[in-house]
Amino acid sequence: MSEAQPIATNARLPAVWPRLRPFATLAALLVLLAFNLAVTPNFVSWQTLNVNMTQVATIVIVSVGMTLVIATGGIDLSVGSLMAISGALAPLIFLSPFGLAHPALGVALALVVPVAAAAAFGFFNGWFITRFGVQPIVGTLVLFIAGRGIAQVMTNGNLQVFKNPSFQVIGLGRVFGVPVQVIIMLILVAAAAWMLRRTLLGRQILAVGGNERAARLSGVPVAVIKRWVYTISGFCAGIAGLVVVSINSSSDANLVGLGMELDAIAAVAVGGTPFAGGQAMVVGTLLGALIIQLLRYTLLANGVPDSAALIVKGAVIALAVWSQQRGR
Amino acid sequence: MTMPARDRSTSRPQLLKVASQQRVMIALALLILFGALRYDNFLGSFNVFSVMRYNSMFALTSLGMCFVIMTGGIDLSVGTTAALASVVSALLSPYGLVPGLCGGLLAGVVVGTVNGLLVTRVGIQPFIATLSGMLMASGSGLLLARNQSVSVSYDTSFTELGQGDLSGLPVPAWIAIFAYLAGSILLNYTAFGRNVLAVGGNEEAARLMGLPVARTKFLAYLQSGVLASLAGVILAAQFGAGQPAEGVGWELFSIAAVVVGGTLLTGGIGSVVTTLAGVLLLGLIFNVLNFENGMGWISLSAYWQSVIRGVFLMIVVMAGSGKKWAVFRRSLAH
Repeated sequence: MSEAQPIATNARLPAVWPRLRPFATLAALLVLLAFNLAVTPNFVSWQTLNVNMTQVATIVIVSVGMTLVIATGGIDLSVGSLMAISGALAPLIFLSPFGLAHPALGVALALVVPVAAAAAFGFFNGWFITRFGVQPIVGTLVLFIAGRGIAQVMTNGNLQVFKNPSFQVIGLGRVFGVPVQVIIMLILVAAAAWMLRRTLLGRQILAVGGNERAARLSGVPVAVIKRWVYTISGFCAGIAGLVVVSINSSSDANLVGLGMELDAIAAVAVGGTPFAGGQAMVVGTLLGALIIQLLRYTLLANGVPDSAALIVKGAVIALAVWSQQRGR
Repeated sequence: MTMPARDRSTSRPQLLKVASQQRVMIALALLILFGALRYDNFLGSFNVFSVMRYNSMFALTSLGMCFVIMTGGIDLSVGTTAALASVVSALLSPYGLVPGLCGGLLAGVVVGTVNGLLVTRVGIQPFIATLSGMLMASGSGLLLARNQSVSVSYDTSFTELGQGDLSGLPVPAWIAIFAYLAGSILLNYTAFGRNVLAVGGNEEAARLMGLPVARTKFLAYLQSGVLASLAGVILAAQFGAGQPAEGVGWELFSIAAVVVGGTLLTGGIGSVVTTLAGVLLLGLIFNVLNFENGMGWISLSAYWQSVIRGVFLMIVVMAGSGKKWAVFRRSLAH
């Protein structure tokens, strides 16, 4: 899938462009906001912000892990299926006889075990890819297919309906009026951005993606780093799965996280992280997800049907990636 | 998505190709033998026909995918292209078989052209280009169908494309057989086939040799779009409705079938016949599961089929080369 990079186009663009590039995504978001302020009725309201932020949070949570994976030059197709596993496990735990007998412990386990399980499956992805030298797209395809099956087998394909306020804090709770999942989203974005800048692991992730051979020769434990990023990606997908089922007050293994892998990849691409690896724009990913979300909201709020919004979304993703490649 | 370029000596890929081709054919033969010996009606015409009818759609999308992957690309849009084509052909089915078929194929030509231009002219990575093609096709299908399935007209012969039989075989099976014959000839005996493998093997070298790299890639995406739309026409004719929301996950199933068939995702190596074997293997797993449930010894829900397919894909990938088996055995020994 290697695509020859276009030869440097510095002749056409000023030298400051590479430094301005991270702000291009922000500029696009601001343009979209300005358009809405001018056109969309009742745009400036607490409710608009609320709706958009709660909807975008799960995509961003998954995309943070995806950004790290893509920064190593990989890809993770299994995130949607891992969300389904995590979303199926949580109600199984707190609705079990044990969970009902010990409500507090049950909820605590329902928050911890599914995320740990998803992270473990993520580790499996990393192990499989590094141990057998499999391409990431094939390696994670295994759990894309099998993962949802595992979730369906666990629940026998049944819809699990529940009402458990203390568990559902993760999707419905608020702290000072801010939804909990938005706080989780911001924490994850900040943590990933900090990690990439300040920690050895972050540096090594970028080194592996930039030039795997050079990284290996200079003593970076490439396989360990890759296992870490897929584990983190599984961890993020696990959290997102919990958020989705608690918002819905139900868990449907057939639907939780369906198509999420492509949404997350789109957010990462629009956010400016190159697929070749070596760079990671975590804040860019947040902005990319916000752009895609706001675009859909703008179109829906102005009476454009959802199906037409899909066409625009496809065009915008291509446009965003095209403009980034030109700038690079 | 750039994969680390592996050094490829001339002999090793050739050996690898032969080895994996044999493996998938042997696995398929064993599965069929197992089914034939264990279940009474496994080779009965009803079962064989329904397996053929249903899997012909995946056979077509996987064949298109196979060519794209051999150029070193990927096509995520095959599922939604099929959905769009099923809607278009259902809308045109009252006018007869030919308008329905041609309308559906035209949808595939459009999507394939968009994908091909995005990859070759605009220079976007195939994954993102076809992801946007996928969204655009899906949106167009839903828009045309107004978010509902569109009934196919039974007044014309259109439904024959999915439900009819011809000389003892289902029509979709004939279409798939013809497509695979054409694909096989195209790959093995024409300049286009050699260009596909050359471009996928080493794009820069192909360019330096003066091969038409952009045109080859464009044609690969175009044929993938056309084959996917053919699958969509069969879908509409077979189930009596154009289904705009169908096709979810077809792209990844097709990729899995191609990989099981021994085609490398890095491009440059591949085979049409083993892709068909890959499709049949993944399809027959479900079929065998149904029969096994019918025997009454076990009762595995249909959901197990995804788990089994995933595990199967894993085994195939691990078996990708003898060296890797050695690694696996060592990892078990520790």
